[in-house]
Amino acid sequence: MTGIIGKKLGMTQFFTEDGKLVPVTVVEAGPCHVIQVKTPETDGYEAVKVGFLEMRKAKNVAKPMAGIFKKAGTPAFKILKEFPMNGLKVGDTIKAGSFSKGDVVSVAGISKGKGFQGVMKRHNFKGGPGSHGSMFNRAPGSIGGSSYPSRVWRGMRMAGHMGCDRVTVSNLTIIDVRPEQNLILIKGAVPGPKDTIIEIRKEK
Amino acid sequence: MSLIKAVEEGFRREVPVFNIGDTVRMHVKVVEGDKERLQPFEGVVISRKGSGVRETFIVRKISFGVGVERVFPVHSPSIDKIEVLKRGDVRKAKLYYLRGKKGKAAKVKEKERERPQQ
Repeated sequence: MTGIIGKKLGMTQFFTEDGKLVPVTVVEAGPCHVIQVKTPETDGYEAVKVGFLEMRKAKNVAKPMAGIFKKAGTPAFKILKEFPMNGLKVGDTIKAGSFSKGDVVSVAGISKGKGFQGVMKRHNFKGGPGSHGSMFNRAPGSIGGSSYPSRVWRGMRMAGHMGCDRVTVSNLTIIDVRPEQNLILIKGAVPGPKDTIIEIRKEK
Repeated sequence: MSLIKAVEEGFRREVPVFNIGDTVRMHVKVVEGDKERLQPFEGVVISRKGSGVRETFIVRKISFGVGVERVFPVHSPSIDKIEVLKRGDVRKAKLYYLRGKKGKAAKVKEKERERPQQ
């Protein structure tokens, strides 16, 4: 597996070699520095902790975190994440160049917040007729029986807060990689607004 | 945003100046099997929309009595050449009214003389 942390820059379009126009998301991916290597002996599982986006000012680094970065001998980073990778050591960097054109990746990020939403938008309920005197437009309808169970089942889909969830989109194709600019161009959309931090993972 | 601009600008190509109402002949690259050939498409530009590299335009022609419209991205690499045959004299930015017209009424008046370019 190869994983990298990136920042979503936005979407645009891309002409492929055969003249097709595809929608792409431009992601500034890496360089990510390895802060710590976790091994089955010491931590019970195998992973690497990587950092992304360097902190500009040393005074903004919390003291406990500063110790971690000092131990690793790397600059301080804003974002730390773990990937189940092996074969890396502390101080190594993962760059956009470790991905290539045509790779199939999955991308995880925090989706756009939608606020408090009704059941039609949040759970794709059908709703009622819009006209002909109907007074049942966007309401959820019945939420359960009466004498049995005399309560609402747990997990009943209702209105509430939507968005701001961690969403993973799989089977996205990489259209282009520009290692000199740390850019990865992914076909289609990825979760979240612009400037959101995303994880790109390539399963092998 | 500038990095996205840079990605987009990489596709910019030299295209001739043409406007809504102009009659153009498009030379479109068509791949058949493993061979590539040029297919002409001649008609009136009835709309241009979008900006920058993402701009597109619609060319309308009457083919065997049936109206045919094609949308082209201005900077598409599958366009070999755009030939401007006639300059049209029109007063609207979108010539969608041509869709409802037939015969002589569906003609675009030709510009009598070229307006000097600023």
